[in-house]
Order: sequence, then C-alpha cells, then structure tokens
Amino acid sequence: MTGAAAAKRYPEVWRRRTRAESAIGWGWTAALALAAAWSVSALDIEWAFFADAHAQAADLLARMWPPRWAYLPSVLHPLIETIHIATLGTAIAVVFSVPLAFLAARNTTLNGFTWGIGRALLVASRSVNTIIWGLVFVAIFGPGPVAGIAAVAARSVGFLAKLVAEAIEEADRGQIEAVRATGASTAQVYWLAVLPQVMPVLIGTSVYRWDINVRESSVLGFVGAGGIGLYLYASINQFAWQQVLVILVAILAVVLVSEAVSAYIRGRIS
Amino acid sequence: MPGVESKAHAPRSDPAPALLAIEGLEKVYPGGQRALAAVDIVIERAQVVAVIGSSGAGKSTLIRCINRLVEPSAGRVYLRGVDVVALGRRELRRMRRRIGMIFQEFNLVERLTVMENVLSGRLGSVGFFAAAARRYPPQAIASAFELLDRVGLAGYQNTRADALSGGQRQRVGIARALMQQPELLLVDEPTASLDPKTARQIMRLIRSLALERQCPALVNIHDVALAQDFSDRVIALKAGRVVFDGTPQALTPEVLTEIYGEEDWNRTIRPVDDDADEGTQ
Amino acid sequence: MSATVYPTSWRAPPLFGSRLRQQLALWGACAYLVWSISDLDVDVNRMLAGFPRALDMFARMIPPDFSRWRLLLDGMVESLQMALAATLFGIVLSLPLGLAAARNLSPRPVYIAARGFIVLGRTLHEVIIAIFCVKLFGFGAVAGLITLAFASAIFLGKMLAEDIENVRTGPVEAVRATGAGFLQVVTYSIVPQVLARTVGVMIYRLDANVRHSTVIGIVGAGGIGQTLSASFSRYDYDFSAAILLSIVALVALGEWFSDWVRRRLR
Repeated sequence: MTGAAAAKRYPEVWRRRTRAESAIGWGWTAALALAAAWSVSALDIEWAFFADAHAQAADLLARMWPPRWAYLPSVLHPLIETIHIATLGTAIAVVFSVPLAFLAARNTTLNGFTWGIGRALLVASRSVNTIIWGLVFVAIFGPGPVAGIAAVAARSVGFLAKLVAEAIEEADRGQIEAVRATGASTAQVYWLAVLPQVMPVLIGTSVYRWDINVRESSVLGFVGAGGIGLYLYASINQFAWQQVLVILVAILAVVLVSEAVSAYIRGRIS
Repeated sequence: MPGVESKAHAPRSDPAPALLAIEGLEKVYPGGQRALAAVDIVIERAQVVAVIGSSGAGKSTLIRCINRLVEPSAGRVYLRGVDVVALGRRELRRMRRRIGMIFQEFNLVERLTVMENVLSGRLGSVGFFAAAARRYPPQAIASAFELLDRVGLAGYQNTRADALSGGQRQRVGIARALMQQPELLLVDEPTASLDPKTARQIMRLIRSLALERQCPALVNIHDVALAQDFSDRVIALKAGRVVFDGTPQALTPEVLTEIYGEEDWNRTIRPVDDDADEGTQ
Repeated sequence: MSATVYPTSWRAPPLFGSRLRQQLALWGACAYLVWSISDLDVDVNRMLAGFPRALDMFARMIPPDFSRWRLLLDGMVESLQMALAATLFGIVLSLPLGLAAARNLSPRPVYIAARGFIVLGRTLHEVIIAIFCVKLFGFGAVAGLITLAFASAIFLGKMLAEDIENVRTGPVEAVRATGAGFLQVVTYSIVPQVLARTVGVMIYRLDANVRHSTVIGIVGAGGIGQTLSASFSRYDYDFSAAILLSIVALVALGEWFSDWVRRRLR
C-alpha cells in the first residue's frame, strides 16, 4: 500500500440521500400527487364556472354593500344565545370528560375492557363533527338551543377527554406511588395525586375548546340547533345580502373577542 | 384432638413478635430479571437500618415489596406478626397506613400546598369526600402543624410544594410519612437528590425522629459514609441477596470489596470514632 | 419544650387570590348558569320528551342499513376526493400566502394584507364559507372543494408563516454571506429548516380535510354530508347509522394514517 492518502478516491457526485431513500420519498410524493390528480379529475369540475367566479363574487360583494346596520339589534340576542350554547356545552363536556379520561387512560382504567369502552367513546365523540351531532340532537330534542348545547357537549367531551387522558398517562408516577403508599383508596389517589397534576391541562384545553365552540356554535343554526346561524341561513335564503354582511361582521367580532379572551386566560395559566 | 390444638395455640417462646420479619422474600420481574432472592431480615427493635449495595442490587425492590407497591413473587413479610403478603386489597390499604414511606424524588403532589401534602398522610383514615373537601379531624391538623414545626417548616403550610427547595421538599415528605404515625418507616434513597450538607441534615432528622418515636426505619442509601454515620445496623445486598448484616463499625474495606468489587475504600469510609458526635451519639 | 399549642383548623388557600374573589367567582358562575338557562327558554318538557325519542331513534338505527352501499360509497369517495384535491390546491395556494405573511421575509404592507386575510378566513367557519361557495358555484362537490381548498390555504399559510418567522437567523445569514440570491437563500437556509414540519402540517391538514369534508355537504357542498343530511330529513335512521359508522371509520383511519406518517417524518 503505497501512499494510502493518495489512493483514497473521492466520489465525484455527492447526494444528500441515497438513491433508494430519494426513490421512496419521490414515490410517496408521486402517489399523493396522483391521488390528488385523480380526485380533481373525478370531481368533474366545470372549469367554466371559474371564468366568471370573480365577477360573481364582486357582484355579491356589491349587493352586500352598504351593510344594513339597522338589523344589528335584532341579531344581538341570537349572538348571546350562540355564546350560551358554547359555554354551557363546554361546561357539560368538562364534567363528563374527567371520568371518561380516567376510563380511557391506560394507567387509571379498571381493565382492558373498560379501556376499550373509553377509547371507543373517545373516537365516536371526536370523529363526528359538531354539526352532525347537531343534526342528531335536533332529531331528538327538536330544533332549538338545547340540541345545540348537546351537540357541542357531545363533540367536546371526546376532545377534552383525549388530551386529559394523555396527560394522565404522562403524570408523574412517583407522586401517585407516594399517595398510594399512605394507604389511600384508589378514588383518593385519583383525586389527590392524579387530578392536581392534570388540572392545568384540563383548564387550558377547556378554555381553548370553548373558543373553538363559539365558532362552531355560529353555524349550528344551519341544522336548526339554535344561535346566530339560523338568522344567517335565513338571510342568505332570502337574498337579504345587506343583512348577511351585518351578521358576518357580528360573528367575526364575537369569534375574535372569544379567541382573545381564551388566549389571555391560557396565557395567565401557564 | 386436644394434643394438636394445644400445640397450635401454645404460647410461643417469643411472646412479642418482631417489629418486622422478612422470610425468604423473592421478586422476579415479568422480564425474568431476578431482583430479590431469598432475603431474610428481622428487625427486633426501633433502630435505623441502612440498606446498601450497588445500583440494581434490589434495594428499591426490597422496600417496595414490604408495603407491596411491588408484589413479591414469593416469601413472607411480617409486620408485628401480621403477614403483609397475604392481605387482601382492603386490609393492605389499612396496613399501608401503618407504614410510612419517604422517597428519593420526594414525590410530593407538586401542585398542592405543603399542608395538603402533609395531611395526605392521613388519607387512609378519612373518607373520599372528606379528603376531596380537605376536611380532616382537628387533631390531625394540630399534629400536622406540630410536625411542620418539628421538621423546621413552620409557617410554610400554604406554600405550594413546587415552590420549595429540594431539602424543604424532603422535609415535607418526612412530615407526610410521620403523619401516618407509622410503625415502620421505609426510606428510599432520601439524600440522592440533595447536596451533601442538606443530605446530612435530612439523615439526622430522619434518625432523630425515628428514635424519638420508637419507629424502626429501613433506609436505602448508596452513600456508604452516610450509612455509617446515621445507622445502627447495616445490611448489604448484592444481586438480590443479603451479603452483609452487621454494625456500621464492621464495614471494613474487605467487606466493601465483597459488596461492590475492587476499589480503594480508604477514602470512602471513615475511621469509626470520627464525627461520632454528629450522628450516632 | 412543647408548650406550643398548634391550631386545629386549616383551610386551603383560595384559588383566586382572596376568599372574597373566590366567592365572587363562584356566585358569578351560578348567576351565569341561571341567566343563560332562563335566557335560552329551555323547555323541560320537550327535553324530557327527547329521551324516549332518543331511545326510539336508537332502536331504529339498529341494525344499521348498509343495503344502499353504492350511495354510501359514492358519498364517501366524493368526500375523500374533495379532501385530497382540496389539500393539493391548498398547498399550492398556501406557499405564496405563507411567504407573504412571514414578517421576516415580506414587505410591511404585503405582510399586513396577508395577515388580515388569514385572520378573516380563519374566523369564519368552513360551513359559512361553504354556503357562499354553493351560492357562487352551485350545489355539489366543486363548492365543497373550493371551500376546503380555501380553508386549507389559510391554515397552511398561517402555519408556514409562523415556521418561517421562527427560523433561526444564523443559517440564513451564513447563506446570504456566501453571496446567494433571494431564491437561493430560501432554498438553502429556510426550506431545510421548515420542510419537515411543513410536510407534517400538510398531512395533518389532509386528515382535517377528510373530517371537514363529511360535514360541509349539509349546506349542499357535496360529499357524504349531503347523503347524511338527506337521510336524516327522510327519517331513514338505519341508513343514517350506517353513514355515521362509516364516517367514524373513515375519520379514525385518516387520523391513524396522519399520525403514522408524521411519526415516520421525525
């Protein structure tokens, strides 16, 4: 071996990834792009619609202007109702989410069977959108805010319980062990060693969910579940575009304010 | 059969059972790892027993098998003649109330106040709703205040546990364990998370409280010098077996080599009479 | 030594700073409860009547009727197509939006306009956007596609902008110091830093679009939601149950897929 350094050959081409790696990466990208392209073509889009879409949109905006502010007083009560639906629905969800979270967390559930039930309830609650829950509860309770509250609660319970259950699974085992070692009952251990640890998560996610729920409640009226959505839907169907703009501005304001309130409270907690 | 009966009920030669008697204790973890193999320990009177041994020797498993935070695989644990291993869930909870435990990481409920943590030592004797509403009997509250005073934390009752320093947290942990009015103290590496000065203070506190209350204490500790200074008896574990059981004075370099392996031990252990005024008076 | 008398009562310190404030918070919550419930005109009788009706509905939902599986499948496939296509369009549209809304990259007026657009678009619920799209493009999947594409572009644009703003400035300066041009700076110092997270967010959005696509049909924007809404209005509860179960399965699958991909990305 004469001159090991001289014999060392440097590659002339440098690649960030090996050929196989980049092939897999491109394969995935191509698969997704193909699937998307297939979707676009399968949807039979009438591209001609797009040609005058901007003109139509401009026309719509022109008909909305000027907003009919005189209509504002009559949407104030539905706006308050919207917030009530969000708040009461969230409150009910918080109450039910705690036991559900304990059921669905691996380290606090009773056995495999109860864990399965807890997980199934979580998935069912979370997979069905608030508005679809609204459809279901309008069929049960009839149109009105009660159906809306039930819908918000039904969707939020899974959302909250999932995050709280994750927090329970990540809770410090030492604190739990120490309280158990004092001879405390299981219920006492859950209440005094686990719950205090997950309290910040519970409060934080509840407040966060509340502000999502204000936004969701604004459209629950579309399926008859109370709130401002009913008025929006009616105004659109009557082509009362100037009222529509007023309602949109009102919804915008309420949602933005609730978002700010929620962010403020969550900032104070952490 | 009167003969048999009289034999079964015959007064034993030792009328008062030992405070703690461990017989043939074994623990094999689900992975097949054997943590304890045939451990026998008897504690006859209130004394501080240090358990030493290298990491993984089974110290932690040993004390957790006594109050069954870890279920033993075989063997018996008698506390004042009652077999802890045979107890059902409910009796086990009642038994745990009689055993105080102190942890390496303090294991306070961080988001609760000092007072709530100390009072949690009485959870076994109050119902669920009373505990949830923080309603404890007046004597319990008075003794909690007294204990806080005794461990040097008077006035800290409303401070949240996560606002305390390590040494202060361990003092709360000690108060919580003593709140149980225990008949046995299990202490798991009480000083491993503390600086050397605080470690000595904490060991001194544990020792004086245990002797003051006539409560035997089983202390896992990896610091040999601390074990020598603050215990009446040292037990050494190696691979789940007791390889030494004797006085702190008997811990010679030869013994330590047997326990831990070859090393220069002369800088680890002290001459027996040095520093005696501080711990073992 | 023990001449000290220790107190025999202790109360946990109040949560809200003082006992007065704690009391106020408690009473405030009670007052709100009373006010909101009375304000909503809750009809207790109608609520109670709802429980037998719920039982009846459940009874009619069981067993779920999968016999019209063609209709069901068509709706599900349409929802899935809407979600996929909308994600694609959303990604394309989000790139300029995200760049424009990044404070450290774009000029002030462009930044403000882009941010304003994002705030407006995020605030309005997808269903509200969907109803306008239905007015503009007629009933059907196209309205749904545009709704979801719009919502996706807003969401992805916002996330992208935030990621770009959080980029560490060291590498950017280093690349700029080599004399690279704007696009080179973007591809060599910004793209590598935000790529993994952005792809993760895109996959998450695909999952979110699958979920949203099941609902916007309620206002006529195509997909399974339209089928579901129709079945409810015809009291075909056994078919509704079949649709609901399919939605739960599809959403759970989408979530699992998205989690799986994002775990592998890390």
